Amino acid sequence: MTALIGGKAGRRTRGGSGGSGGSGGRMLGAAQWVAIAFLGVLLVAAVAPWLLAPGDPLAIDPAEAFVAPQWGHPFGTDESGRDIYTRVVHGAAPSLVIGVAATAIGIALALVLGLAAALGGRIVDFGVSRLLEVLFAFPGLLLALLVITVYGPGVVTSTIAVGLATAPGYARIIRAQTRSVASSPYVEAAVVLGRSRTRILGQHILPNAVVPVFVLVTLGVGQAIVWAAALSYLGLGAEPPAAEWGAMLFAGKNYLATAWWLTFFPGLAIVLSAAATTVLGRALQRRGPR
Amino acid sequence: MIGEDPGRSSSAAGSKGGFPPLRRAGRIGLRVLGGVFVLWAAATLTFFGLRLIPGDPAQAILGGPGSQASAEALAAVRAEYGLDQSIWAQYGLYLSRLLGGDLGSSYSLRTPVSEVIGAQIGGTLLLAVLALAVAWAIALGLAVWSTRGGRVAGVVGSGLEIVAAAVPHFWLATVLVLIFSTTLRWLPAVSTQGPEGLVLPVLTLALPLAGFLGQVMRESVLDALDAPFVLSALARGEGESGVRWRHVLRHGALPGIALSGWAFGWLISGAVVVETIFARPGLGRTLLNAVQLRDVPLVIGVVLVVALGYVIMTVLTDAVSRVADPRLAVRERELERVS
Repeated sequence: MTALIGGKAGRRTRGGSGGSGGSGGRMLGAAQWVAIAFLGVLLVAAVAPWLLAPGDPLAIDPAEAFVAPQWGHPFGTDESGRDIYTRVVHGAAPSLVIGVAATAIGIALALVLGLAAALGGRIVDFGVSRLLEVLFAFPGLLLALLVITVYGPGVVTSTIAVGLATAPGYARIIRAQTRSVASSPYVEAAVVLGRSRTRILGQHILPNAVVPVFVLVTLGVGQAIVWAAALSYLGLGAEPPAAEWGAMLFAGKNYLATAWWLTFFPGLAIVLSAAATTVLGRALQRRGPR
Repeated sequence: MIGEDPGRSSSAAGSKGGFPPLRRAGRIGLRVLGGVFVLWAAATLTFFGLRLIPGDPAQAILGGPGSQASAEALAAVRAEYGLDQSIWAQYGLYLSRLLGGDLGSSYSLRTPVSEVIGAQIGGTLLLAVLALAVAWAIALGLAVWSTRGGRVAGVVGSGLEIVAAAVPHFWLATVLVLIFSTTLRWLPAVSTQGPEGLVLPVLTLALPLAGFLGQVMRESVLDALDAPFVLSALARGEGESGVRWRHVLRHGALPGIALSGWAFGWLISGAVVVETIFARPGLGRTLLNAVQLRDVPLVIGVVLVVALGYVIMTVLTDAVSRVADPRLAVRERELERVS
């Protein structure tokens, strides 16, 4: 939710005002390249984890339990002697899949709602806008928790729940974007030129309204990973011993005082993924079509 | 728009369309009505949402098919919710009970939901209010400091958003506990009754929010620094820091006020995680327990109470924004004229 509302402020370009040190002018700075590099590593870890960590993420070795980070076990081992590094690398795939799937659900729903509100006339707009207002009264996790209560915990439910919970924010942005495109001079020009309604819609409004959504997707995946991990951390999503980052945190939280590496490294993976998608998404937003 | 100093344009706001305080009261009245609508719709949505689940609603209320509720318990629920009557009769019963403050009873705790919430809400509100105050203080300080220029300030300014978006509560709590409890042993890892038990939970909630608020406030401070009134204040001979703190800071605070309603909901949602991690009693932990036990009446009760809090906060922040920034009313009227 933070990224969505932040989007409003972030989209405005900062033209070097007030002697700020913002990086508004540059397209890709060092931070963006680091983010791209990290996402590249993440993608490799998700598609071919054995390249980075040849071991089995579920292999237990009780003799090696609670080994602190050291040569051979760079991130240490957990209570059953599983190698944390291997598990973090193998955890990239489920975490990314959940993040992407939840974002896809949220964006798909939001496209239907947002486009209907923007293009469906006054009554539809009124209805959808009121519905969004109501959904905003269930902040953040609460909507997701409501869904999980009714349908029971698990990976699939929590993914759908995160998708549903993020949809209102996206819908609002898509509605605003579409409305501004629909009232722009070039659409008016097309109307004056006598182009058909469907042609104007397909050729002018939809491409210009929907393309910025891809920027939202970049930002959204990182947020969805964080949210899904939060649900797993609360014991409502993926379950241990699955090598999913949130589930690893959930399993490790009982050993926080004695074995910090159980929770630290999976958490770091979540934070870095979300930071990388945020940095990249913002860069795209700054240069993207306005 | 930004060029006007909020304190100076109040005469412009009142120049047309009636006595300003009355208009303001009318606007706020409209917002209250809107809030009541949102609450009604939220209650209706949860009611019909629950009826959409395939299977026996009584079973769903008692924790889903896996809970193996007894026949007597099912019969009791059917009688309590009027499940043998038509859906509209059930809906009417549900709404009239809600109006009377009756949220049903929790099947896992076997007590009325309103009692459970009443007992737990204080701790969570304290946490949320403290976190909001701390977040505000940090955000305002950062917003003003990071716009003074200089490389470090700029990096901090643009890093705020990443902190807000990428650092989840559960991770921040983990790191804070590692630093302040496990290593330094300054503060307890499990929340105790005393004030020292509040420090880490409040910080965990406040820091990401401060990142977010700080970033929005920073934008607004930067806009204000470009505004003509800053130049004229400087021309009147006011010192640089005087302008910064007296005029610009006020602009910086405006979006913060407007966002506080949203921030409140976000804090309550964050309290679910934070109260669980620090083993603090409160609404968030009660909610999580209820979700795990699939205690539908308790979950819906908590969610509706949070929605009520969200609505109250939105109306309040809207009213405060209007008082702090009279330009809002002008802008709204202009929008009305255009559309």
